[in-house]
Amino acid sequence: MKYVDEYRDATDVQRFLQALRQVVRRPWTIMEICGGQTHTLVKSGLERMLPPEVRLVHGPGCPVCVTPLELIDRALALAARPEVIFTSFGDMLRVPGSQQDLLSVKAAGGDVRIVYSPLDAVKLAQKHPEREVVFFAVGFETTAPANAMAVYHAQRLGLSNFSILAAHVLVPPAMAALLAAPNCQIQGFLAAGHVCAIMGYEEYLPLAERYRVPIVVTGFEPLDLLQGIYMTVELLERGAWGVENQYVRAVTRKGNQHAQRIMHEVFEVRERQWRGIGPIAQSGLGLRAAYAAYDAEQKFHVATIKANESPLCIAGQIMQGLARPPDCSAFGTQCSPEQPLGAPMVSSEGACAAYYQFRK
Amino acid sequence: MSLELQCPLPLHNYPTVTMGHGGGGRLSQQLIEGMLRPALSNPALDALHDGARLALGGEQVAFTTDSYVISPLFFPGGDIGALAIHGTINDLAMCGAQPLALAVGLIIEEGLPMETLWRVVQSMQAAAREAGVAVVTGDTKVVERGKGDGIFINTSGIGLIPPGIVLDPRRAAPGDHVLLSGPIANHGIAIMSVREGLAFETALESDSAALHGLVAGLLEAVGTHVHVLRDPTRGGVASALNEIAQAAGVGMSLDEAAIPLDEAVRGACEMLGLDPLYVANEGKCLAIVAPEQSEAALASMRAHPLGQSAAIIGHVNSTNPGRVTLRSRIGGSRVVDMLSGEQLPRIC
Repeated sequence: MKYVDEYRDATDVQRFLQALRQVVRRPWTIMEICGGQTHTLVKSGLERMLPPEVRLVHGPGCPVCVTPLELIDRALALAARPEVIFTSFGDMLRVPGSQQDLLSVKAAGGDVRIVYSPLDAVKLAQKHPEREVVFFAVGFETTAPANAMAVYHAQRLGLSNFSILAAHVLVPPAMAALLAAPNCQIQGFLAAGHVCAIMGYEEYLPLAERYRVPIVVTGFEPLDLLQGIYMTVELLERGAWGVENQYVRAVTRKGNQHAQRIMHEVFEVRERQWRGIGPIAQSGLGLRAAYAAYDAEQKFHVATIKANESPLCIAGQIMQGLARPPDCSAFGTQCSPEQPLGAPMVSSEGACAAYYQFRK
Repeated sequence: MSLELQCPLPLHNYPTVTMGHGGGGRLSQQLIEGMLRPALSNPALDALHDGARLALGGEQVAFTTDSYVISPLFFPGGDIGALAIHGTINDLAMCGAQPLALAVGLIIEEGLPMETLWRVVQSMQAAAREAGVAVVTGDTKVVERGKGDGIFINTSGIGLIPPGIVLDPRRAAPGDHVLLSGPIANHGIAIMSVREGLAFETALESDSAALHGLVAGLLEAVGTHVHVLRDPTRGGVASALNEIAQAAGVGMSLDEAAIPLDEAVRGACEMLGLDPLYVANEGKCLAIVAPEQSEAALASMRAHPLGQSAAIIGHVNSTNPGRVTLRSRIGGSRVVDMLSGEQLPRIC
């Protein structure tokens, strides 16, 4: 298959591994930001083929995983309302709230539907004027433009029965928070290629300068990752830092400016809670005042719902690169995909799910 | 006097039935192992095969039942009527049996257009005729509007197992080869493409087909050297092989590059973030065969129109009992676990 097979070639993988073995001299800890990258590393078996000096830790780039528990509980409360058609990407359905998940709400009679595009949720609102359609707007910069477009479109159509539960987060502030932590062990980053396809990579330049850290924008296929790791290690071994772009077939310096424009039209930057990590300034997106009518939290008065995490779950440490899934005492015992304590065990981009499914 | 019934499933986990309990993965297995099998246990049921093997008057008879609740009723490459014939014939075929007769129960929702019902029945007729199996008895019920999804079909079947043939998941032995009759995931992806309104450039069709002809040829070619047959329906190839590995207490290793997969289906799976190993098939067969006869078995499969792309995809080992592993295209290794609940499309 074109654009897939070229990046999964066993001979090229061996060639790059050989090159990596030649360049690496000292042990390095590198974080891949995105959960999609984590899954490729574990699913293809690449992580175990790397030289022992290269240690990868898994980053916070799983939107499902970092969505705060209380926001999940608010989603569950909305989904249980009889007038609501609750629409969501598939990944969110199994994520545990304090008591249950969206699949259980659906089984108990809630109208929960999977959509592939937020615009499909807008179409549902047009089709069912007597119902309230709520879309769970989850994701990083990757999904934010399409979700912004849905709100923009709904306003232009004059729809009053459409709203979103906004749970958007931004990558650079999270990286800054990780780097500023006193116990930070990360020496280099593989930045998330899809996020950069939208945003470009200029905003990473000050981070690389300030913390003197290599940041390599990296794709999602095994050879992308291997090349990204090679480029990072090469910089580290030279004592150099800066931003480099491995994912040139998708990412430009300035990114997709049309997408950025619609995103900034509808959303504004705000402080956000990250599940397991805590509040990070300027790290999330909320609806601007002009679009407040589309904010499901205000519309249905669910913003007061609060929740507490399981004390056993170490998801926060895993997403900060301080621990790996098998380090958790609950991994595979009290916590499994059937009985998850935290979101990383059930999200398709969650690090715990990757280890449980492919490595157990 | 009060009667207390204690439910054996851990209720704190799922106090109600979820869709995942019907997904063919680990939740389905928990429902069967935790509730159904203990309640109804007997030697024929405990074999946990696609059908029961019964000794009747000197003959070995296979007996099976399956329910069809698919939405939409008509999909590219098939419909609920043909599927209800093919699926039950395949359950018999996986026991090594040649089908003798089928029984059909129709549960119809009030308001279903008569024209739709007629199309379903015509399709059943055509599928049964093509397979050479008669529907010998049946039942019809109508439920109120809103209490069914158009039409549900239950099909039972009986078949005769040739003398000497014993197919049982527990017979998978270290060294055996794992054969697959053709490309996987076509059915599940075809259904998803119409259900979710996904348009692809290439038409994706279900692989719905009756496999008793292919199985008859295979058993004729290598007979008792076939140890296990299984059609990887719900839960896909991964779940079927995990079940066999667990039943036999053996491990399995697969070669990702050897697994047949159509390009269009592969593209759809990549896009949706679905693993084709977990996607449903309705016209494919897995065979666990003694290694010295695997080439002959492969040749026999390939000689049948439904098995032209058959391949040896792996082998049975003794190193990891109960576990299926896979060598990835890039030469890495990973576990192929049983699916938990349903596969859900990803965010980005």
